[in-house]
Amino acid sequence: MASIDESKVLSAKQQLDVKNQRLVRKLLWMLLGSLLFAFALVPIYNVLCTMTGLNGKTQNSATLLAKAKIDNSRWVNVQFTSSVMSGLGWNFYPKTTSVRVHPGQIETVIFVAKNTTNEVVVGQAIPSVTPGIAAANLKKIECFCFIRQSLKPGEEKAMPLRFFVSPDLPKDVSDMTLSYSFFPAVQLK
Amino acid sequence: MRGYRKISLGISAMLASLSAHADYSWNFPEPVTPMALDTLHVHNKFMLIAMAIFFIVLAIMIYSIFAHRKSKNFKPVTDKAPSTAVEIFWTLIPFAILLLIDFVIMGIPAYHSVIMMENTRDKANMVIKITGSQWRWQYEYMDGDAQGIKFVSNLSTPKEQTDKGFDGKKDENYLLEVDNHLVLPVGAKVRILMTSADVMHNWWVPQFGSSRLAVPGFIRETWVQVEKAGTYRGQCKELCGKGHGYMPVVVDALPVEEYKTWVAAKKEELAKASAGADKEWTKDELVANGKTVYEKNCAVCHQVSGAGLPPAFPALTGSKIANGPIFGADGKYLKDSHLDRVLNGIRVMPSWKALLNDTEIASVITYERNALGNSVGDLLQPAQVKAARQ
Amino acid sequence: MSTTTVAHHDDHAEHPTGIMRWLTTTNHKDIGTMYLTFSLIMFFVGGAMILGIRAELFKPGLQLINPEFFNQLIGVHALIMIFAALMPAATGFANWMIPLQIGAPDMALPRLNNWGFWLLPPSAILLTLPFTLALFGIGDGALATGWTFYPPLSIQGGIGVDFAIFAVHLLGISSVLGSINIIVTVFNMRAPGMTLMKMPMFVWGWLITAFLLIATIPVLAGAVTMLLTDRHFGTHFFDAAGGGDPIMFQHLFWFFGHPEVYILLLPVWGFIPQILETFSRKPMYGYKAQVYSFWAVGVLSVVVWAHHFFTSGMPVPALLYFMYSTMAISLPLAVMFFCWIKTMWKGSMSFETPMLFTVGWIILFGIGGLTGLVLADVAADAQYHNSYFIVAHFHYTLFAGGIMGIMAGTYYWLPKMTGHMYNEKLGKLHFWLTAISFNLTFIPQFFLGLAGMPRRIPDYALQFAEFNMISSIAAFTLGLSQLLFVYNIVTCARGGKKATAQVWEGAQGLEWTLPSPPPYHSFTEQPTVK
Repeated sequence: MASIDESKVLSAKQQLDVKNQRLVRKLLWMLLGSLLFAFALVPIYNVLCTMTGLNGKTQNSATLLAKAKIDNSRWVNVQFTSSVMSGLGWNFYPKTTSVRVHPGQIETVIFVAKNTTNEVVVGQAIPSVTPGIAAANLKKIECFCFIRQSLKPGEEKAMPLRFFVSPDLPKDVSDMTLSYSFFPAVQLK
Repeated sequence: MRGYRKISLGISAMLASLSAHADYSWNFPEPVTPMALDTLHVHNKFMLIAMAIFFIVLAIMIYSIFAHRKSKNFKPVTDKAPSTAVEIFWTLIPFAILLLIDFVIMGIPAYHSVIMMENTRDKANMVIKITGSQWRWQYEYMDGDAQGIKFVSNLSTPKEQTDKGFDGKKDENYLLEVDNHLVLPVGAKVRILMTSADVMHNWWVPQFGSSRLAVPGFIRETWVQVEKAGTYRGQCKELCGKGHGYMPVVVDALPVEEYKTWVAAKKEELAKASAGADKEWTKDELVANGKTVYEKNCAVCHQVSGAGLPPAFPALTGSKIANGPIFGADGKYLKDSHLDRVLNGIRVMPSWKALLNDTEIASVITYERNALGNSVGDLLQPAQVKAARQ
Repeated sequence: MSTTTVAHHDDHAEHPTGIMRWLTTTNHKDIGTMYLTFSLIMFFVGGAMILGIRAELFKPGLQLINPEFFNQLIGVHALIMIFAALMPAATGFANWMIPLQIGAPDMALPRLNNWGFWLLPPSAILLTLPFTLALFGIGDGALATGWTFYPPLSIQGGIGVDFAIFAVHLLGISSVLGSINIIVTVFNMRAPGMTLMKMPMFVWGWLITAFLLIATIPVLAGAVTMLLTDRHFGTHFFDAAGGGDPIMFQHLFWFFGHPEVYILLLPVWGFIPQILETFSRKPMYGYKAQVYSFWAVGVLSVVVWAHHFFTSGMPVPALLYFMYSTMAISLPLAVMFFCWIKTMWKGSMSFETPMLFTVGWIILFGIGGLTGLVLADVAADAQYHNSYFIVAHFHYTLFAGGIMGIMAGTYYWLPKMTGHMYNEKLGKLHFWLTAISFNLTFIPQFFLGLAGMPRRIPDYALQFAEFNMISSIAAFTLGLSQLLFVYNIVTCARGGKKATAQVWEGAQGLEWTLPSPPPYHSFTEQPTVK
């Protein structure tokens, strides 16, 4: 060491420090990138779900009345079921438990909800379709699940669902189930 | 040393049990559905392949360990670093072997199994909806003759056997017995819809080879087609809280004729139970009936004594809700009253309106108000519950 | 703590003594020692928890612990073993050995290094504090959801979940700091002449681990933060009622969770070939092939996550994709196994403790890998999933593949670190007891899983009794055998036969050119690698 010029050693050390800091900064950017990616995964996941029907999610907004051709050559059996989740003092059930439709044919079914408590209660229905592959092909024109529903004490309400099954539904799906879970509405932030 | 004694005791117990019943199962239990049979075949095949790879590699290694050791004065080959080409050639061999195994020998049968497992193509003969909740299963027959049959299936192993420190003889189907079995006809393809009322559960019968997660707010499906009559047992296999080990699945597969008889009988039973709601009950009857309902459904959280397990599960003894009024001046039940809480639930407390009938709800409420250290003195008639539901 | 710390009598540098030395140290060897000591302590804490579980599972019926407490023990056992035992052990070796192996005077960012370590003890306390609080009637104990935090169960849970979330945040920051330090050290501090493709395997393993940590730890941190805001601040990321989705948590968690497996294993895959070449007295085979395999595993590890929840339900194309991509991981692993065995082949092998552990490691990790290949099959996974089969599988990869690898590394480098030889007889005894009791613990669990016993249950049906009893007895043997390990390390740190600089006849690499133990400040003048 002694033989090396003192000033040169210092500058080598400083050079290294600068080099280290530069790399640290790059790595911190990478870290920030992965953190952003983690939160970006939430919208990405949701888009992916509605597009592919991954996890049985359906589109949560009205589909414009389509000019879809009715495919008279096949029948699809659409079944309805409901769950009332803990904390909601309602009765809720589909009036018809299943309908047979042609793909493209518009159908209306009625769900009945009744508030059995002595207070105004607000609920939110969450739809889910199985098999997942069918979820993206169930198109809703009008649904009580798009918005929160409020019922006065003792009030009974018929809630219509207007939908059609897209003719794009894979040929091997003959049965699908649409389930509504009615939750007490949450405070949305 | 106590450890030593324990070990020797354990070993002698092991030997004793070995000779008593050499009933070890070394593989999946007997498959009774096409899916389980396929799974068993796939499993056996893959295990054989895995074992073959394992033992061949092990043999080469063991040979090397014994032949190429320093104590035998084996001189290491003076390795020049292999040229890149040679290295690539040699390392591509294991790569290629595994490529063949992964995507041909294993990949092709695995592909067919997946297609079969997820097959919604063939129309199902019937549909059953299964709702998991903490910690019981609820079954609902969705179509056909049995449409409308709906019941809850609770663990029925006596509580003293599952309690800490029980040292007596346990039932043969310890932890694998429920009060109401799910009943399916032999040979029918049953589409099973899964959902949950609270946290995730997983409905699993090993002999059926199907298992699917129950997710609250979402619906999932799988299917079974039981080909042999019998009783089949399984368990929840997704950690769902403290009762996770205590929510078994029991399925009876009956020949079609017997199944039809069962459907008729079950319908009659359910009708009778709901008819009970129109009868006027005495307080003593309600309390006596309520004790059974309570211990089966409520005691797991609120405890047999009513002391609860705070902070997660509040005590019923002295609770404001269990001692407060139920009905308001308008004759409707009050929000956050005892009846509201039992019917509709809140957060962790399940909603019982879909799980218990009018009589059961009236009984259990009357019991909670007049036992467990409470003495409100009033009673709730099943007819009142019936009215409150509507 | 002081009993197992490594003494440096020969150093004459100016640094505080006593507790202040350890609190303020920026020396890579001191920090490495602290990581390793911490890891060893937490290994016993996590081990004690699981022995409580195995005692409860000794026979059917509830004997010792309540189901609530049982659920807390399993989750905290896993978090401790993964984040507080295995990861710090690997980081400890990284601190000790990377500067020595690449001829650097210290880590690039010494102060950051000190902070990285001192985040660990508080997070371990956070993780376990709820147990103590519950004794005083505060809260209802630790995290009871298993280490996977799945909502809605984790949203239902008590304060234990919040404590665990904060602990995971701290642990995450600690490992990210460690990773940044390692990457900067490896890129900027290598001795002149040491190109990337001349780096020791261990350094390569860690370099990829560090990048994986930077890429995936934030995803875990993000997921548990969302869980925290769901619990307390009214968001609904994972709550269906507010339009969220509990399955999304599984995707986020395993997007981190699967790479995590390789984060734990890559450092071990790094030093295993080094041990092999030392005791085979022959250079390792296929250095390049192994480095490329590391890269392949690193890349594959972030694209296979959903195989952890096939039974959650997903579309057929997704099932097929995740099945085949998972199977593809076996390709680089096959290359690595081949290289390891080819390194042994026609060497001149001797079987000191590190080599015994390494050979045992190859066999047992092989079982873990092969069962993993079988588990990739979606249809059969419906049976294996969440049964004891999976428990046995991941203990073959993480206990045999992780911890036994760390033990091999410990015996290999202990003479270098302490300057003394450990007791070879005790080491060998430790190996045989560990290997045999490990197999007796987990082989029965494969059969339990096949027979249909779900994991995470506090009590079980009678037909599972025999296998559970064998497993419990073996688990206690396994646990007690580890006392030999501690005894051997402690006596070795305190004295014993002097170790030479070379220590092992066939050892190669820069760390063996330094005296044992190396001086407090080593490689102040960087060597030149030809």
